[in-house]
Amino acid sequence: MNTKIIKSNNKKYLTIFIVISAVGIDILISLLMGYWSYSWLPIQASEAANYVDNLFAFETTIGTFIFLGCTGTMAWILIFNRAPKYDESNGQPLEGNVKLEVIWTIIPLILVLAIATYATKVNYKLENLGSKTKYNFGQEAPFIEEKKPFDFGPIDVISRQWNWEFIYPNGIHSSELHLPVNKRINFRLITDDVIHSFYIPAFRLKQDIIPGSVITYSLTPTRKGVFRLRDAMFSGAYFSQNQTNVIVESEDVFNKWINETVKKELQNGLNPAGRLYDKRLKNGNRGWATVEPAPAPKVQDVGLEDRPHDG
Amino acid sequence: MTIINYDQRLVTSKNPYPKGPNDWKRFFSFNTDAKVIGIQYIVTALFFLLLGGLLGMLVRGELITPPSDLFDPTVYNGLYTMHGTVMLFLFLFPMLSGLTNLLVPPMIGAPDMAFPKLNALAFWLVPVFSIILLLSFFVPGGPASSGWWSYPPISIQNPLGKMINGEMLWITAISLSGISSIMGAVNFVTTIIRMRAPGMGFFKMPIFIWTVLAAQLLQLLGLPALTGGAIMLFFDLSFGTSFFRIEGGGDPVLFQHFFWFYSHPAVYVMVLPVFGIFSELFPVYARKPLFGYKFVAVASFGITILSLVVWVHHMFYTGTPMWMRNLFMFTTMLIAVPTGVKVFAWIATLWGGNLRLSTPMLFCLGGLFNFIFGGITGVMLATVPVDIHVGNTYFVVAHFHYIIFNTIAFGIFAGIYHWFPKFTGRMFYEGLGKVHFALTFVGATLNWLPLHWAGLLGMPRRVASYDPEFAIWNVIASIGAFILGVASIPFILNMVSSWVRGKAAPPNPWKAIGLEWLLPSPPPHENFEDDIPTVLNEPYCYGLDKPFVQDEQFYIDKSFKKH
Repeated sequence: MNTKIIKSNNKKYLTIFIVISAVGIDILISLLMGYWSYSWLPIQASEAANYVDNLFAFETTIGTFIFLGCTGTMAWILIFNRAPKYDESNGQPLEGNVKLEVIWTIIPLILVLAIATYATKVNYKLENLGSKTKYNFGQEAPFIEEKKPFDFGPIDVISRQWNWEFIYPNGIHSSELHLPVNKRINFRLITDDVIHSFYIPAFRLKQDIIPGSVITYSLTPTRKGVFRLRDAMFSGAYFSQNQTNVIVESEDVFNKWINETVKKELQNGLNPAGRLYDKRLKNGNRGWATVEPAPAPKVQDVGLEDRPHDG
Repeated sequence: MTIINYDQRLVTSKNPYPKGPNDWKRFFSFNTDAKVIGIQYIVTALFFLLLGGLLGMLVRGELITPPSDLFDPTVYNGLYTMHGTVMLFLFLFPMLSGLTNLLVPPMIGAPDMAFPKLNALAFWLVPVFSIILLLSFFVPGGPASSGWWSYPPISIQNPLGKMINGEMLWITAISLSGISSIMGAVNFVTTIIRMRAPGMGFFKMPIFIWTVLAAQLLQLLGLPALTGGAIMLFFDLSFGTSFFRIEGGGDPVLFQHFFWFYSHPAVYVMVLPVFGIFSELFPVYARKPLFGYKFVAVASFGITILSLVVWVHHMFYTGTPMWMRNLFMFTTMLIAVPTGVKVFAWIATLWGGNLRLSTPMLFCLGGLFNFIFGGITGVMLATVPVDIHVGNTYFVVAHFHYIIFNTIAFGIFAGIYHWFPKFTGRMFYEGLGKVHFALTFVGATLNWLPLHWAGLLGMPRRVASYDPEFAIWNVIASIGAFILGVASIPFILNMVSSWVRGKAAPPNPWKAIGLEWLLPSPPPHENFEDDIPTVLNEPYCYGLDKPFVQDEQFYIDKSFKKH
């Protein structure tokens, strides 16, 4: 009698021990994954980056916990609940457990509502997107008053099939985007052909550019360096060539660049797609149909195509 | 016990073609037998899986090195567009229609579909639009090359200015595919609602039937939006209207709403029947009742309803106002709840079971494992600030391949193996099946797991060339893709040789509960013919000592008789 109680007690303690240590290991690995997740992302170079990375790390932690919890249980089952060969008997006939099912409906509900609330707060904090205003095709894109104040701008960002052009308030045209560090900068995103996307991974920011609309957008770079700007919305044949650099500089260096560049002559800017298209024509125009690339923009700062970048 | 009103006329009404040819020729004819149509769909779909896979491997071949060196970028764009289109519209949808056709009538005890001719017509549209789509490889200018989203204005640029062009054929094919799916959906929904065996109330239906009903209702609600959008796009492209053209005052973003209003739910149309397959197979191979049958059943409709109000999460960075982004973030995240209910129920079904790791079970377990992963990255993508960084990068590509291949295709393979003996009357070779599973799991993981990191680092999707820092992830992914190509060899070998000369299959080789397992293998033309069983319980009562149908022994004995 006594030994039976001791045995069942021992089994109970063993179960509790296994569950607690499994949950403990799961929490530990999840926290580690959350910590590592920062290293999977590019360098942080804008105000948004820290918020996005924290949110991503938070989700990685919770996600890892759930993933390991589920797959760990599956692994346990695979090890201990395998049927011996030729054994075709049934398992424990459990039909369900309403309490358990209510729990695993409510906990995910609370969890996703918490994540979504946290993310909503981040959205309101950053407020990158200004307004989207339609205008008639062929006309100049209108100027829009921004509600939230900014320190510099607006810089016109013009994306084409397949090159970028940046026009500064003082009239500079450039093939690369020079920005002063730690200033909130305002942009007007414009295109006349197809949808493009203004995507700077190091800034963790992306905004589509829609033909027929002018979209205002603001962001604050927080780190000096060279970062890639990539078109992220498929825009046709030479889509993958539609990239340029963002150069974030101290205010002094930026002002010097503004003052010197404005005096330069206009010349053909970066246009790798045009070069590839010329090569294609020279090789007999083989391949499937494409529209002709837009001519290179006329710019004062031609930039450098293969500039080493930090992110 | 509730006995539903059962319309006897539906059971005894004769098939319009009672004596179709019973040899291989019937698979090439306008046959109205749902079982023949099912196999027609599945074989056609598997052929296009090979073609889509080949296109995918060409894409991965280009991406194994950073520069665009294997093809001209225009060719690359056509290849990836056709890869996506073939896989979705020529492989996945026909494949699921095929499984639905094979399984629905036997599972609910019906002799055939409600509308057999409509059913055959829906199938025969598949070769028609497939040929139209494939012809586009040979028209001047090449096939459609604006991605399977076909967003305007890029899709209506028509560089050569010809009336017949790849994009025009693409839209025609997609519209016909939509019409075929609507015909199928009308048929499946009617059959499920009107033709169940006596006693089979809604809460005694197999989960697969629940999920098919949920998915096909979604088709009926969503497809008109896509088909309407596609027709407007056709008019913009071919007749110079300006629904989406800015030159005439149209709005390109409008198309994105039409497109995603259907195309996001489309993912659930594909994944729901696979959830059904998981729910059918786990109890069989774990020898346990499905945990929380009613919760799992109702969760399917939770997914259906929510999936109709999430489409804007594909448009978080198109200039969508803040309130709308936040709203759709909440609705999207809520889908995790009914999906979670299902995942936990499957794991609870496995818990304490007596697991048999046969090929179908391995594919189910692999699919569930991958789905948990893909579901978690899905919640990440629903989070607006994270999506703004990783949206339209390889993170999305990796996520949706985790759902669409690593979950859906795994479930489909599981279903094919599980029901293969039932509908061919032959057993498959277990060893080849396990090789197929191992190669598929390794290939799929190598292919899509590394791409998450490429995306997190900022590699946009749909690029023909990329910066060298992404090379390592792409090399691993390409190797994985080629392993997946190799994985098709044991599969084809197994299917063909088993069907030709496999061991004859008994009526119920897996000792499963379910109406289809009370039929001979393969089932006769009209399934139960004049002896429709009366269902007493849901088909998951393993070890519960609850009878499944009245006079079970009668049907078991009958199933062993040669017909």
